[in-house]
This record gives sequence, structure tokens and C-alpha cells, in this order.
Amino acid sequence: MSEALDPGSWQYRGLNARAPSLSVLADTLNELAAEGRPVVAVTADLQYSNGLIGFARKYPERLFQFGISEQNMVSAAAGLATTGHMPFAATFASFLALLCCEQIRTDVAYSALPVRLIGHHAGISLGFYGTSHHATEDLAIMRSIADLTVVSPADGAQFAAAIRASMTWPEPIYFRIARGHDPVVYDRPALFEFGKAVTHHEGADLTIIACGSMVHPSLDAVRALRAGGRDVGFIDMHTIKPLDRDAVIAAARRSRCLMTVEEHNVLGGLGGAVAEVLGDIGGAPRLVRHGIMDEYSLIAPPTHLYAHYRLDAKGIESYAIETMSNRGPS
Amino acid sequence: MSSSPSLANGLSEAETRRLKELSLFVRTETVRLISIAKVGHYSSVFSCAEIFAVLYGGVMRLMRAEPKWPGRDRFLMGKGHAAVGLFPLLAEWDFFPKEWLDSYTRLGSPLGDHPDMRKVPGVDFSSGSIGHALSAGVGMALGGRLNGQDFDVYVLLGDGEMQEGQVWAAAMSAAHHRLSHLVAIVDRNRYQLDGTVEDVIDIEPLADKWRSFGWDVHDVDGHDVEALTLLLRRLKSEQVREKPACIIAHTMKGKGVGFMEAEPGWHLGFLAPSDEEKVLAEIRARGGLQ
Repeated sequence: MSEALDPGSWQYRGLNARAPSLSVLADTLNELAAEGRPVVAVTADLQYSNGLIGFARKYPERLFQFGISEQNMVSAAAGLATTGHMPFAATFASFLALLCCEQIRTDVAYSALPVRLIGHHAGISLGFYGTSHHATEDLAIMRSIADLTVVSPADGAQFAAAIRASMTWPEPIYFRIARGHDPVVYDRPALFEFGKAVTHHEGADLTIIACGSMVHPSLDAVRALRAGGRDVGFIDMHTIKPLDRDAVIAAARRSRCLMTVEEHNVLGGLGGAVAEVLGDIGGAPRLVRHGIMDEYSLIAPPTHLYAHYRLDAKGIESYAIETMSNRGPS
Repeated sequence: MSSSPSLANGLSEAETRRLKELSLFVRTETVRLISIAKVGHYSSVFSCAEIFAVLYGGVMRLMRAEPKWPGRDRFLMGKGHAAVGLFPLLAEWDFFPKEWLDSYTRLGSPLGDHPDMRKVPGVDFSSGSIGHALSAGVGMALGGRLNGQDFDVYVLLGDGEMQEGQVWAAAMSAAHHRLSHLVAIVDRNRYQLDGTVEDVIDIEPLADKWRSFGWDVHDVDGHDVEALTLLLRRLKSEQVREKPACIIAHTMKGKGVGFMEAEPGWHLGFLAPSDEEKVLAEIRARGGLQ
């Protein structure tokens, strides 16, 4: 399918092309259902967008359509969970986090029901659809809800592993998923443990900590920096909450500075979470938070936006070099 | 009212009396518990005291001391602020120790102004933010059907709650999914915080609205325990209808206490100890009904 992807627009040619790293949602649910797990799914008129149609075709009785009523869908998912099912509730991250925030807080998290919320097309990945469809606040919102686990997988393999791991995770979970067109980071079945970061490299000059869609370009940047003689470490912080504090503290002890990279407002998300840990331990190295600088993103094809916000590999690399300089990034 | 033993078209005198007494118990316990909290929603409970009594005393399928029994009928409250009237009934079913009631709202008590399923055995769903409960009930009915279970899901809604958009999204989805085990009961007491529902945001024609959303709609006197019981039992036995059912229960805010009936401002209040005695005496004298 990848040959049909237009690199400039990030659009697939043809109708309803399956986004490779989002299609694992339906594929994994199909596997789990076949294994006898009590998984069900709810959708709000986006089963083609999030690929749940693949689950609906195999298990039509387990997919509940709610139409364009996201809040109703989330509350109903909570009700479904009281009857012994594990509901996966998917819609655009912007709608899930902002429109359904109260239903998630009160009906799902406060009620401690094992609902798995899938906020897909997160960050600025919807490109020219604009601010209403961009989600650069969802991590901050979800992270502030008690008893809610917040996960931002790097790619399809990690997402699939996280869905599997969620079968025995008692708390409700918010999964932040990109558009599904993101390149592969983990080319073999990924190991996944909630709250346990994946440290790819250790480095004395700088440690980059990224999550979700920013893992792949950050790793490219890290490889280039290391090839250029910089001692740069890298952590894939897939779980934003509960945050792997030990991994952050170890990086803080090891590196002269830290840099977080997220497709999110630099306030309250991954960068905010890491800053809180550094504040707790005191005497920590400088932290630079890279992401969307508390502004509304522009309209453009997504790949153009990543370049504009320096959230592609080249931009992350140059940002890291500036971070390591005395002046910091400009 | 029939004086014959329980028949299809009537309740026995004894059963009718028992349900009336239970509604009286809901009211007197509400006064007692609010005297501990020193503020509460008297009149919101008084309008639905018979609904509580009929559901928990004559209609719902429950198992004593087994609040998690999977086959039980479910009850959800959109108007969660009337939970003080529900808690004494849950204690009567031995879902939690009756002594819990004595420390209602005190520091660390599981019992607060709104029902909390994490803290209170027998509460099937938490509420407090108006407008979510019918959606949660839709989910429960879908889940029950998928499990092959036949429990019914009762959702008590306030009439002011009809102003929340999520209620209508839930109503639309319930009819679409043909949830015949879902019963919404609207406590049509005609008042909300800012005044009459009619003056705040008019919800009429209410029955037509529900009907047009694909529901089987019934009007009933919400203080007539016999009519309520017979209707709810009929709906329980009529699962062939393939539609969710909506009962518009016509009620009076503050029912049972003269000055609260005349002054719906008692939505939230606190009785002085001397007034409390008068109120209890009036409730007992009127039998909770007129």
C-alpha cells in the first residue's frame, strides 16, 4: 500500500486506503475476539477512518454504531463496560478529548470502568482540516484525569502490543494514535509494558525523550547526531501516565540536557510531565520542550506542517544542536 | 382502586398499602438524612418517592444482599441529586449496612448528594452531571443483549434534564438499536432551579418528542403507586414491543409537604429542627399521598 502514498500530501490514492499503523486496531481486536476476550467497539460515524469496519465485518454483533454523537458514545461505552465487556471507543482525538472530556472523567475514569479510548488522527496529522480537527491539548487534558492511563504508541506494532497488554490492565486507558501513515519504528512484534519507557540510546550530551508520532523522526535525528559525533541518548516514552520517572531521572543524571519532542502543545503534555519530575528531584539539567508552542497550528498538508514546526527529522536534529549550545534553541 | 387480591388489572389492597408505606419511608428517611447533612434536595425526592418505592418494592428483579448479581435489573438516575431518597431503599435490600445511613455526607462517608457506584453497593451507575444516564443505560442494555441476558434497565430522568442534548442523542440511539429492555421514566414535576421548566426552556410537547424519536410512550400519575406498578409490570412482560419505553410520570415537586408543594424553591434547603417535626408529622398524616 505504501507505494500509493503521496509523500507531499500524505494522502493515499484511491478510496478508503487502510492506514497501516491504525489498521492494527481492528486486526488486534479480531485476534482478541477469536481468543475469547470480551472486546467490543463503539464508533461515531468513523469506522472507515479508524478501520473498525474490519472488526465490524468479522464481529458485526460486537460493533455498536452511535452516529455523530461522541458524548453519547463514551457514556454508553461506560455502560457497556458494567456488563462485563471491554469497550474500545474510537473517534478523532480532538473530539474525544475536548468534546467528551466530562464523560471520560465522570463516567469512565471516576467510575473505574475498563474502557479503552482511542483518540486517533491526533496532533496536527489532519493537516489542512484545520484547528477543529487538530488535537494539541489531548495529552494535557487526559493526563489531569485521575485513574486514567495515557499512552501514545510510536507505531502500529507498539499499538498492537499495547492493546494486548491492556487486556490485563485494570484502569481505563486513553490511547493517542496518529493518522496511521506514520513509518515503522518497531519492525518486529514490540514488547510493551505500561509505564515502562524504551531506552534506545544513552548519551552524555543530550537525551531526547519523545512519544507517539515523534519517535520515528527523533530516532532518525538521533542517528544523524550520533554519526556526527554527538553523544545523544533517546527514550521512547510511550506511556505519558503513569510516567516512567526512573527513566527520566536516570537520563537527568546522565545527560547535560534533556529535550522532549511531542506533536502537542509544549504545555501540559510529555514536556510538562518530564518537567514535573525534574522539578521534584531538583538540581536537574536544563530541559527544552519541543512541540507546538502554545499556538493554533497552521493549515497545510501534514508533512508540510511537520517541516514548518521543525517536527520532522531535520528539524528535530537542528533543534537538538541548538539545545546543546549554550544559547538554547531559537 | 381495586380491593380484590392481586389481579392483572389491579393490586391487592395489602400490596398497594405496602408500596404507599414504602414511599412514606423514602420521604421520612430523606428528612432524617438531610438533617445530618444540613442541606439537601427534599422536593426533588418527594416528587419521585413513589417511583423509587414502586421500582424497588414492586417491579425490579433484585437479589437481597447481592448488589452485583448479574441478572439484576439496573437502575440509573439522571437526576442524581435525588440519591438521598434511593439510599434507604438500597440499605433495605441489605446492599450495604443500614448504619451507613447514619453518617450520610459526613467525612469519608460513601453516601453523598449524588450516587457513586464505586463507593455504594447497589448503585448501578454514578451520576451528578445531568444528561449522561440515558446513554449509560443504552450501553447496559446493549451489553445485556450481547450477553443473552434479559434484565431491564430503568433510567430516572428529570424533566429539566430534557434540555440536555445528550439525552436526545441517547434516545435516538436507543430506538435505533431497538432496546426493548430500556425504560426511561421522566419525573415530570415541572420545576427546575431557575423556575418552571416552561419558563426556563419549554420541553413540550414532551410525549410527542419521545414518540417521534421512536419510543413507546406512556403518561401516568407518578404518585399513583397502583397505576405505576401495573404499567411497569406490563412493560416488563411485553418484551415483544421492540422499542424502548418512556414513561412520563406526572408528579408534584415537594409532594407530601404542603409548604414545599407551594414553594418549589425547596429544591435545595434545610429544615430547622422544629419544622422538621412538623414536616414528618404531615408526611405521616398524609400517608405520603393525597
